[in-house]
Amino acid sequence: MAADEEELSINEQAISASEDEEGSDDERKHKKLLEAISSMGSRKRKKQNERSEASVQVSEFFVNAEGTGEKVNLSDLLGTVEKTSGASNKTKKQLRNLQSSKETLELPLNKQQTEKIQRGIAYEKTAAEVSCWRNIILQNQKAEQMVFPLNQESPGPKRVEQVVAGWKVQTPLEQEIFRLLHINSQPVDDPVLTPVEEQSLKAMSLEEAKIRRAELQKARALQSYYEAKAKREKKIKSKKYHKVQRKAKCKDFLKQFDEMVKTNPEGALEELKKMELSRMEERMSLKHQNSGKWAKSKAIMAKYDDSARKAMQEQLQMNKDLTQKIVVPSDDEHESNEEGLETIPDFVNDSEPVIDSVNPWMRGQLTHEEPEVSCVTTEDVQTAEEENEEEELVGEFERKRKLRQADEEDLIPTEEEQPASEVVEEDVVEVSDKEEEDDDDDDEEEEEEDVSEFNTLFRLMRSEKTLEEDEEGLLNEGQIRVRNIEDLEVLGEFVDPQPIAEPSLPRTAAVEATSEPPYKKKREIDLKEVLTKEAKAVKVPFLPTVVDEEERDEQISIIKEAFAGDDVISDFIKDKSKLEAAGRPEVVDLTLPGWGEWGGVGLKPSRWKRKRFRIKTAPPPPRQDQKLPDVIISENRNASVASHQVSQLPFPFQNTAQFESSIRTPIGPTWNTQSVVKNMTKPKVITKMGAIIEPMVKEDFIKNKTTTPGGKGPAIMLGENKRAKEGTKRSSEKHRGRRSQKRRK
Amino acid sequence: MSAVMPELLTSTHVEKMKKKKPPKRYWEETENTDQSQRRPEEEEGKAGQNQNESTVKERPLKRKNDERLEKKDPFPGEAPIPHKQLQKFQRGEKCKVPAGARRRLKEAITSSEAMSEHAQKQAARYDLLLPEDAGFLEGDEDEDTNTISQDDIADAVDITSGSKYFSLHLSQFGPYRLDYSRTGRHLLVGGKKGHVACIDWQTKDLMCEMNVMETVNDVKWLHTEAMFAVAQKRWLYIYDSKGVELHCVKKFNDVLRMQFLPYHFLLATASATGFLQYLDVSVGKEVAAICTKMGRLDVMAQNPHNAVIHLGHPNGTISLWSPNQKEPLVKMLCHRGAVRSLTVDKTGTYMVTSGLDRKLKVYDIRAFKPLHSCFLPAGASCLSLSQRGLLSAATGDIVQVYQNILGSSPVSKPYMAHRLRGQIWGLAYCPFEDVLGIGHGEGFTSMIVPGAGEPNFDALDTNPFRSYEQRQEWEVKALLEKVQPELIGLHPEQLSKVDQASFEQRHKEQVEALGFDPLAKVKFKPKTKKKGRSSAGAIEKRKRKVAHEDQRDEIRQSVQERTEREKELKEKSNEKKLGNKSTLDRFRK
Repeated sequence: MAADEEELSINEQAISASEDEEGSDDERKHKKLLEAISSMGSRKRKKQNERSEASVQVSEFFVNAEGTGEKVNLSDLLGTVEKTSGASNKTKKQLRNLQSSKETLELPLNKQQTEKIQRGIAYEKTAAEVSCWRNIILQNQKAEQMVFPLNQESPGPKRVEQVVAGWKVQTPLEQEIFRLLHINSQPVDDPVLTPVEEQSLKAMSLEEAKIRRAELQKARALQSYYEAKAKREKKIKSKKYHKVQRKAKCKDFLKQFDEMVKTNPEGALEELKKMELSRMEERMSLKHQNSGKWAKSKAIMAKYDDSARKAMQEQLQMNKDLTQKIVVPSDDEHESNEEGLETIPDFVNDSEPVIDSVNPWMRGQLTHEEPEVSCVTTEDVQTAEEENEEEELVGEFERKRKLRQADEEDLIPTEEEQPASEVVEEDVVEVSDKEEEDDDDDDEEEEEEDVSEFNTLFRLMRSEKTLEEDEEGLLNEGQIRVRNIEDLEVLGEFVDPQPIAEPSLPRTAAVEATSEPPYKKKREIDLKEVLTKEAKAVKVPFLPTVVDEEERDEQISIIKEAFAGDDVISDFIKDKSKLEAAGRPEVVDLTLPGWGEWGGVGLKPSRWKRKRFRIKTAPPPPRQDQKLPDVIISENRNASVASHQVSQLPFPFQNTAQFESSIRTPIGPTWNTQSVVKNMTKPKVITKMGAIIEPMVKEDFIKNKTTTPGGKGPAIMLGENKRAKEGTKRSSEKHRGRRSQKRRK
Repeated sequence: MSAVMPELLTSTHVEKMKKKKPPKRYWEETENTDQSQRRPEEEEGKAGQNQNESTVKERPLKRKNDERLEKKDPFPGEAPIPHKQLQKFQRGEKCKVPAGARRRLKEAITSSEAMSEHAQKQAARYDLLLPEDAGFLEGDEDEDTNTISQDDIADAVDITSGSKYFSLHLSQFGPYRLDYSRTGRHLLVGGKKGHVACIDWQTKDLMCEMNVMETVNDVKWLHTEAMFAVAQKRWLYIYDSKGVELHCVKKFNDVLRMQFLPYHFLLATASATGFLQYLDVSVGKEVAAICTKMGRLDVMAQNPHNAVIHLGHPNGTISLWSPNQKEPLVKMLCHRGAVRSLTVDKTGTYMVTSGLDRKLKVYDIRAFKPLHSCFLPAGASCLSLSQRGLLSAATGDIVQVYQNILGSSPVSKPYMAHRLRGQIWGLAYCPFEDVLGIGHGEGFTSMIVPGAGEPNFDALDTNPFRSYEQRQEWEVKALLEKVQPELIGLHPEQLSKVDQASFEQRHKEQVEALGFDPLAKVKFKPKTKKKGRSSAGAIEKRKRKVAHEDQRDEIRQSVQERTEREKELKEKSNEKKLGNKSTLDRFRK
């Protein structure tokens, strides 16, 4: 179509042109016309094919100039330039220089090389192009968190200006409207109110707010009251209550229904329909048909039990009532319904007590409550007694305390001061206690004898090995009678056992011990220090009066068993030395007797050989308990934890200390505040569900260069939008301007 | 055309906008009036030029307004945190970026440092939410606090606290053991002669009571107050809070003492036969059974810091055990007589022991060194440490409470003392309460010990006021966070260390754990072939082909290396020779 139009226009032009220059072209036109006429009349003639001979000079293959074989000089071609005056001197000079120079041009580079160079240049170019991505990529790598898609708009409601900012005037109608607005100088998208103002506007006045709050409060309170009431009522288990409640409801309903019949017959009809529906349901269901488990059991009972029979009949009656068709809505029917409903719970309740009286086991209540009650009463009595006691005690308290401070023997008097009812018991206890004490003392004596036996044994063993001084402390403690009967009675002056112990040291043993070679001296000293460290005695306000005899006996027997004539320390030392020995590396002996020298019975391999072929491995690191004489620490590695440990140093770290310090802070909520946990465990990448993550465009990061890579910049976006909007406006103005111009035209 | 354009442009809305006055701000009232006063003169003449000027002038004005709006903050920045609090939450030492570190390393270190510092600061900031502090009993001048009787205290304090001093007279079923649940709400008592009862002791609600008709050695709550374990004469039984027997664990026989490790869900039992057994109560599996070879085990305690079990033995030693090792982690000689009781402090720093030699010793369990010891006239049969570090020791029928015993200096007299009617059999402090529970021959007594309990509880871990649903939720979370028994060891911080064992050692351990060597070469097993090609001779031949393959490889490799080396040497020598060679040398013979 366009082409046709063009043609047309051309023709028109032609015509118009011809009109312009009418006179000059007249003859030519005439000629044309004549020719056209002549051609129309005759038939189409055959074109005569003319044959012409090839000239001698013209080659079949190429065009020959006149001076064939002659070289064309530059001067031939540019000779005219010299003569023309228009050409500048400079070019002339250059041409002359060219003419004079004899050097030939260099050969063009071969294909490979040119390509190589091109590739090099292309590489540089593309590298420069791509390198602008480098920063953003680095930034993204470093970023703690990336949110995709990158340029997300902030969620939530937007201000009107923001929404308007993206919108363009498109249709003429809109344009018209806008123009009108402008003429009337109405604001279009300049924010009328700042966000602060908006907020202040949003906030209500104080009184208004108060009123509103009060209203809300009231509503809430009412609601809560109602809820509480409903809950309370729901929880009530009394059937009677519910019965009454139901009756009241029914009455209410009836009243309403009566009123409804008068005022709102349609509503009444609907109610009737509802009733009909309930009847239908009743007909459909097996309720009140005496076919349930309960009904069956009742049927069996009915033979002998009047009430059961009655209950069954009631049920059937109810069924009948419910299934009876309602012809005329009347009060009677409702009442009968009510009665039917009422009957159920009563009868359900009543049936059981008959059985109860016969069989006490079937009672729902627990029988053991009564004794508890009695218990409580006795307790009450006791508490009352105790209170009395307390009062008395409070009265005497001060005196007692003084007595105690003055003399620690006052235990017995305090007990005597207690009320008479208890005193009797106490006395009995006292007597028994005393007996026990005596027994106990005997026991203690026995025990101490045993201990001394141990000690003598121990001493004998020790004296062979150790210095006596170390031993003294250890041994003597056993012999000290810490407390005997007299001590028990006279508690006030408590004497530290150790000072007593020291004088009773057997010196003879010491002398014996010195004669023996010292063995493991150092350790012994340490141990002694550890075990016989100065123990400070503690003053106690009261003394134990009751000592469990059985327990003591038991323990003593156990001790006897355990010690079995040996002592603890030497055992421990043995244990430790054994372990130490096991930990030492073994010397591997590779000497071959008789190899390279004479061998046989009584012949030892030479010293050199032994030295040469006995291989010693490096000693293990010192034991952890090396400096702790009374401790054995196992040197085994805890392999079970090792499987959970990091075994290889992760990448950026250069030593373990760095890595360990980097994981030293726990991230769990047990040790941190909630915000910290959230911050520490935030995911590296967040993607929006359902959003398409498109590859990054150059514009994205060029825009965002000033902002963070996270893509947070609504403000800037807005600015850009504004700018863009302005641009569009300007362009639209221009358009409009042109159009208006045209119109004016 | 061009002459018309400007006129038209002025009529477009953009220009209008620029002309329009900026919207009126509510705070600008005064300024605007000033402007309006000034303006008319200017605006009359040249409207077009004014635009720019006015905008220029407005800007500084606006800025001023802003400044006026922002009052100067007298306390700029965040509130400073006291150094003490910061130090409280310091974890390990800071790592400095080494000089010449690479970029990645720098980033890793700086970011982790920043994070841990932030965490520390936040934790220190929130520390202010733990305002409760413990108080202590203070006597008048020259009055010992240990002479103040419980009745006096109960009278002096408020009613609720006073009601915490009570005793249950249960003289029938013999001396009682007891255990408080971890929240401190529930109490479990077990009489030697079979009486077991659990009570919500604050409301005095009896949850269940029964007689198991057997000797009861020990009772222990499991992770919640819904279940408890009872060590009976022969076997270990588990009951629920209503007294229904849930399990009879016959694998655990003759149990004397029990400890429950709450974070591992492990019930550790020590038996009369010398076995230390661990029962995982979350899956009902026996995790480990260790024969201690130390005789009857009737002294037991746990270290709450690292879940290591401490056992006391009749030969005066104390041994430390984890379920992962068949031998004791540590064995210490503590007493000359048998060990009667021991207890470990909440932080896992101190251990207190008492023995038949009537001594009470305090150990620094981290260094295994004794701090001090004191001599008790009758020796302590039971020991217990409270959350705040008060030690209670039972000597016969008297309970003594010591203050500051975990310090370096020994104490001379008890902080409190209380006499009971029977021999004391069990002692336990109630968590988060100033209460000490005492089980004795005549029943149970709850005694008020001011300053014993931790006043601040972690509601997410142990909430004394938690509801039924909170308990359920907690149970699920606790099960999810259950610590595996493999992680029990002397040093729990070992997990955050890099395992620096050699490859050989690790391989050895792996072989031990798996029971076979995963890296070992599989022995060649010739295929069975048909048509008589699987005759013994053929098989032997085939075996011969692959026999000593690795050895051959080695030899081949070494030969190759040697030839190469020789070749190199030859070349070198050749080069040297060539250096002296002349062209005529080739004709030489």
